Amino acid sequence: MNIDLTIVWAFIIAFAVFAYVVMDGFDLGIGILFPTFEVGPERDRAMNSIAPVWDGNETWLVLGGGGLFAAFPLAYAVILPATYPLIIAMLLGLVFRGVAFEYRWRDPGHRRLWDTAFTGGSLVAAMAQGMTLGAMLQGIEVVDRAYAGSWWDWLTPYTLLTGIGTVAGYALLGATWLVWKLDGESQNHSRRLAKRAALATLVLMGAVSLYNVFLNAEYAARWLTAPEIWFAAPVPILTGIVAIALLRALSVARHSKPFWLSLMLFFFGMAGLGFTIWPNVIPPDVTIWEAAAPERSQIFMLVGVAITLPLILAYTAWAYWVFRGKVGHEGYH
Amino acid sequence: MFDQLDALLLARIQFAFTVSFHFIFPAFSIGLASFLAVLEGLWLKTGKQLYLDLFKYWLKIFAIAFAMGVVSGIVMSYQFGTNWSVFSDVTGPVLGPLMAYEVLTAFFLEAGFLGVMLFGMERVGRKLHFAATLMVAVGTTISAFWILSVNSWMQTPVGFEMGANGQFLPGPSWWTIVFNPSFPYRLVHTVLAAFLTTAFVVGGVGAWHLLKDRGNLHARKMFSMAMWMAALVVPVQIVAGDMHGLNTLEHQPQKVMAMEGHYQSHPDGAPLILFGIPDSEAREVRYAIEIPKASSLILKHDPDAPLAGLDTIPLDEQPPVGIVFWSFRIMVGLGFAMLGVGLWSLLARWRGKLYDWPWLHRAALVMAPSGFVAVIAGWITTEVGRQPYVVYNLLRTADAASPLDAPAVGASLLAFVVVYFFVFGAGVWYILHLMHKSPHPGEFGVKRGDKGPIRTAGITPGPTQDPTDGSRRDLSGDKREPEERP
Repeated sequence: MNIDLTIVWAFIIAFAVFAYVVMDGFDLGIGILFPTFEVGPERDRAMNSIAPVWDGNETWLVLGGGGLFAAFPLAYAVILPATYPLIIAMLLGLVFRGVAFEYRWRDPGHRRLWDTAFTGGSLVAAMAQGMTLGAMLQGIEVVDRAYAGSWWDWLTPYTLLTGIGTVAGYALLGATWLVWKLDGESQNHSRRLAKRAALATLVLMGAVSLYNVFLNAEYAARWLTAPEIWFAAPVPILTGIVAIALLRALSVARHSKPFWLSLMLFFFGMAGLGFTIWPNVIPPDVTIWEAAAPERSQIFMLVGVAITLPLILAYTAWAYWVFRGKVGHEGYH
Repeated sequence: MFDQLDALLLARIQFAFTVSFHFIFPAFSIGLASFLAVLEGLWLKTGKQLYLDLFKYWLKIFAIAFAMGVVSGIVMSYQFGTNWSVFSDVTGPVLGPLMAYEVLTAFFLEAGFLGVMLFGMERVGRKLHFAATLMVAVGTTISAFWILSVNSWMQTPVGFEMGANGQFLPGPSWWTIVFNPSFPYRLVHTVLAAFLTTAFVVGGVGAWHLLKDRGNLHARKMFSMAMWMAALVVPVQIVAGDMHGLNTLEHQPQKVMAMEGHYQSHPDGAPLILFGIPDSEAREVRYAIEIPKASSLILKHDPDAPLAGLDTIPLDEQPPVGIVFWSFRIMVGLGFAMLGVGLWSLLARWRGKLYDWPWLHRAALVMAPSGFVAVIAGWITTEVGRQPYVVYNLLRTADAASPLDAPAVGASLLAFVVVYFFVFGAGVWYILHLMHKSPHPGEFGVKRGDKGPIRTAGITPGPTQDPTDGSRRDLSGDKREPEERP
């Protein structure tokens, strides 16, 4: 049996990025929607619904970045300088978002300030992540194993579109998470937000998909010609089915169902993007094999992943289980 | 001067700034996590409310320090790619897996159990909660293991092969890479430093409250525990530091030359320069106060042993002497000051005056931040002493940077400086505010003292607890705080 470890690693990194996007996605989404919640208990409950888990969620970002460094060092060394201002903005956004969880309880006199930091940080981080994704999809210029473009190459109408799309998608995840974790009027408010975010997300997903076809002749060929189209076609079809189910779930009182459907929407969105760029890790030219670490590194890490990842998933699930159910009115601190 | 402010220098300043800020928080939280585990363990063992009070008191401080450590740490994990992309590309196959192991075995462990540790006490029961606290403490220590392995490999690189494209490729044995020659010394020295940093903070807070009220039982317990750590661990640390120094002499002689201020070789015994002003232009230490032959005695255990100086190293391979010389002296000086406080506390204990000697308490208070300063000074010594290389003798710092323009690095540096001072300044302010208040006895009418009723069920059954609705209850023991402040 001959397993291509590079492909295995591509899927592990993709899994880490997906885990990050959906898990920290709803944290960031709550931050984005925070100003629409009433000052006082409603905001406190929204915050408390993620306070015990956000840190673990964010760790997937470190695994995504660290895993890329370890498994595809060349990709790490090219993508980060190419999207430099976006990465810096994302990091600073995450700084503000992260400390807000503690500071807003410690300093009631400045709670508004830290609430603003929570929202602003979440919004900046989400936008930067979406634009980084767009910058990768539109292609990065590489010469001699280094980024060869200029420093504003990442800023185009296309990346603005992917950025806004990500903000809308995270808002959808955050709102559906709150539909699950809250009750009463707060839940109704979350459902109204979720409906709007769902519509925005679907429109923007469609727009990005269409744009992709015009972005690059290879992308177009992949999606629109046989035989690839037969592999590609299920993605938009399943996305459509999930979208309809989500909109229906949101029009009746549901608890966890809209959240799970939103996750599926993200899953198909990412699968579509993966299908678009495969087997490149830095479009348009650098494949995963060209960017991969040597086999010894891949095997060494694979041992660690095989042992620890099931454990991580198990205790993460346990931590979520500990805090299951609707969020109470009692705060922490 | 300004023509030197190129992208490389800005990137180095940015790394030094962000890593110094970051390092403060793990240096504190590694020790504090273990301290919390000890406190909770003692509480479970003895049932004394006092330990639970202290646990809750320090848990709030830990939560803030941990959050600051997490957010500043994420910056570090991405900075290798943003500002040091050539370094990332060429060392990725060797160092990437070690960092990936840090994420897999440490970061997830800490972050996954942190929520239960902070919020879950009445949801999971005492024993599971203690297990969560232990996992967080273990996670912080495992994190130190991996990141110090990475740093040590950059100092004493072994076990690699050179590949095409100038990449470092792993050799046949990963254990050679992980347990590289300087790693055991660096790990022990750094983890002990983290424990001591926490001990002096806890001791300083205890001292502060003892100065206000000698009868404060919480303060007495904190102070006593911290002073035991100081008295027992500082001597061990001094020995570990000495061994680390000998290891450095063996593998990175020019770093030791810079630390000692030895511009010239000493064929018949080198003096120990206590103080002086290194002058790299004249290649001498001005106004030096020195002990003849003592450096040879310490480093070679023979006063007449010859020691080579920087004159044996080509000029473009020498580390900057001034910074290394001074940061090393600050670290060592603080180490001996810590030893002094530790010994003083033993004397005070022996004379039965541990809680009644205000000058000791003042000294402990002054020394509260000493661990942070010593840790940063030690870090500067080892990192600047490695220059001009990022991977010792193999990859120059100047060849490791990203192809970025100076304005991009400068702008991001400015943003980091502004945001860090604002955000972490606020966090330190909140921590100081918490420390300013004394830990108070359990909020349910337990009399002051450690003889309160032992709680039989749950933690401290209180008015807000309602196990049926599963709502989260206050764990901080400090619910009145928001109303107390304007």
